[in-house]
Amino acid sequence: MNVLPVLAELRVTASWYLVLGAMLFSIGSVGLLVRRNPLVMFMCVELMLNAVNLSFVTLARALDDVGGQTAVFFVLVVAAAEVVVGLGIVVAIMRRRPGANADDLSMLRG
Amino acid sequence: MLTVAWLVPALPLAGFLLLVVFGRRLGEAAAGWLATAACTGAFVVAVGCLLDLASRPQDQRSDVTTLFTWIPVGSLNVELGFLVDPLSMTMMLFVTGIGALIHLYSIGYMHGDPKFSKFFLYLNLFVFSMLMLVMGDNLVVTFLGWEGVGACSYFLISFWQTREAAASAAKKAFVTNRIGDWGFMLAMFLTFQAVGSLNYADLNGAAAGLAGSTATAIAVLLFVGAMGKSAQLPLSVWLPDAMAGPTPVSALIHAATMVTAGVYLLCRVSPLLHEVPNVGTAIAVVGIVTALWAATVAIAQNDIKKVLAYSTVSQLGFMFIAVGSGAYVAAVFHMVTHAFFKALLFLGSGSVIHGVHDEQDMRRMGALRKLMPITYITFMIGFLAIAGIPPFAGFWSKDEILAAAFQKSTPLWVATFVAAGLTAFYMTRQVIMVFFGEARWKHEPAPTLSAAGHDDPEQGHVVTPHESSWLMTLPLVVLAVLATFGGLFNLPFWDGTRRLEHWLDPVLGEAEVPLTLSTSTLIVLALSAVAISLVGIGTGYLVYERRRVRAFEPAVFADGWYLDRSIGRFAGGPGMAAFEGVAWFDSHVVDGAVNGVAGGVRWSAERLRRTQTGFVRNYALGIAVGAVLLLVWFATRGGF
Repeated sequence: MNVLPVLAELRVTASWYLVLGAMLFSIGSVGLLVRRNPLVMFMCVELMLNAVNLSFVTLARALDDVGGQTAVFFVLVVAAAEVVVGLGIVVAIMRRRPGANADDLSMLRG
Repeated sequence: MLTVAWLVPALPLAGFLLLVVFGRRLGEAAAGWLATAACTGAFVVAVGCLLDLASRPQDQRSDVTTLFTWIPVGSLNVELGFLVDPLSMTMMLFVTGIGALIHLYSIGYMHGDPKFSKFFLYLNLFVFSMLMLVMGDNLVVTFLGWEGVGACSYFLISFWQTREAAASAAKKAFVTNRIGDWGFMLAMFLTFQAVGSLNYADLNGAAAGLAGSTATAIAVLLFVGAMGKSAQLPLSVWLPDAMAGPTPVSALIHAATMVTAGVYLLCRVSPLLHEVPNVGTAIAVVGIVTALWAATVAIAQNDIKKVLAYSTVSQLGFMFIAVGSGAYVAAVFHMVTHAFFKALLFLGSGSVIHGVHDEQDMRRMGALRKLMPITYITFMIGFLAIAGIPPFAGFWSKDEILAAAFQKSTPLWVATFVAAGLTAFYMTRQVIMVFFGEARWKHEPAPTLSAAGHDDPEQGHVVTPHESSWLMTLPLVVLAVLATFGGLFNLPFWDGTRRLEHWLDPVLGEAEVPLTLSTSTLIVLALSAVAISLVGIGTGYLVYERRRVRAFEPAVFADGWYLDRSIGRFAGGPGMAAFEGVAWFDSHVVDGAVNGVAGGVRWSAERLRRTQTGFVRNYALGIAVGAVLLLVWFATRGGF
């Protein structure tokens, strides 16, 4: 099994998962801020949610606390509900105004 | 019979409601007779109640009938309850009795008036309200009646509302009464706070246990209410002007019944007044000042009704002297006899006014005794009663007040004594100007006139005065009999003749200050009272009949000591300025604060709404920046 001694030394610790979660979260948030396609922005939000989920699971295992995993279930359920509403809105917008981006939809300004 | 005591106010109310619906259709005479029947029915029921009440033993002569709970709110529980006891019984009898007579008189007096049925509608409403005032077993029911009689007084003063004087007099009466009502209302609030109930029984029962300042405040505020209703200085200005109303109204409301409501109220709370003797002294002082003020003013009036109006104010002052001296029985006694003779005098003056064709100026009357014999004889009886000549009713009641004043303090007695002499004097003046001397209604066109519509005096006064119809003279005769024998209610000779005192003892006995003067003192007081009356009459005779002495009628008297004018000056000058200042404060500072807050919110909202750009990514950026800032805060401050 000693293909690479360096790799053999490597232990995938909780930090790896947390760093991965942080990176995913950053990607998601930056994407949300810079992209204008509603669908992409939507996916970015999903990415952020799942990054947090990953952190939850990781910490649940590291701290041996099932609470983190429970929280994930809640997030999944809420995210599923949010997807239903969000995608519905996106589809409705896209049907009426094909190619519309987020900045075109500012009718609710004060 | 006491179980149907509610019928006493219910009958006039029914009469009122019937007249509201059918008054116009009934036409002239029928509407008047209906109202008279309603009032007479109330009197008959009241007499039945009296017999029932009198048949009971003395300590059980108090009956409360609760019809329903009127205002149940939390710990405040006001019931529509009628209290029938000797005091309210006395009031009920003379309100309905004299009311019925005046209703009858009005059928004759208001003959031909286009608003005939409306007049009786108001009269019945008045009698109903007055009975609510008298019979209420708590302050709120009394207040209901109190406001009701005030409203009826307003309607009836302005009955001929096309006359400028009548309309403004009604407004004046209403506004002045509001000042009194303000006192009454505050007294109610304070009573509820201090006693927790508005029933007279609870208030009087708790009077001894109240804190001195609270008891004083309640008594003073109730007295303010009484001052407004009973026209005591300085709230007396409305009553003389109220004479712009029809004469039966002056007799019923502004002489016999409504204006005595203040005295009644104070008698009703006599145990409370008993606890605060200083308030009693203040009441007596206000009473005597009012009595003297009004008596001097009455000397210089030329309007036949104005003289009687000031006389009423003066006599009410006498009643307040009695109340202030703790002689509640004397106050009620004088209230009853005054109701007899002053209603008689007013109705007599109405008969005279009718006879000389709506002339009210006494300078254009004279020598009417031959032409109006019944009016003359009855008016003379009223005159002798008010002047205090025995054996007429006024002598006995005034004598008791003088005795009570003497016991309270000598200066008070002296002032009351002088007022009694002035009363005899100005009444003599009136009688001579109206019934004696030469007939001035034929020639002498008077220079000034209060009554409008007589621009052509030559034409208006060639008609010979005539006696009024039996509808008007019958009440005069009945009242004359009462004014003659009214003293029988409470003759001072021995215990058995003090009927009114024994009758009222269950209600007023507790607070009544007993007369401790010796019999000889009382006799001297009575003789001096007769003497001063005779002096007043004699002086009046010399001045106005014999014309030995020049009449003393200075402008200051004729103008009511400039009270009206001073109030007008004050209200129109500094008063108006002060209220304009308050109005300015209200519109600029109070409203300014409110509008300023609203304006500030609007201004900031105008700016805040810019942040709602509608761009989703803007909001996302906001959230992100916020999250980062929170993170930084946690990392640096929160010990994260």
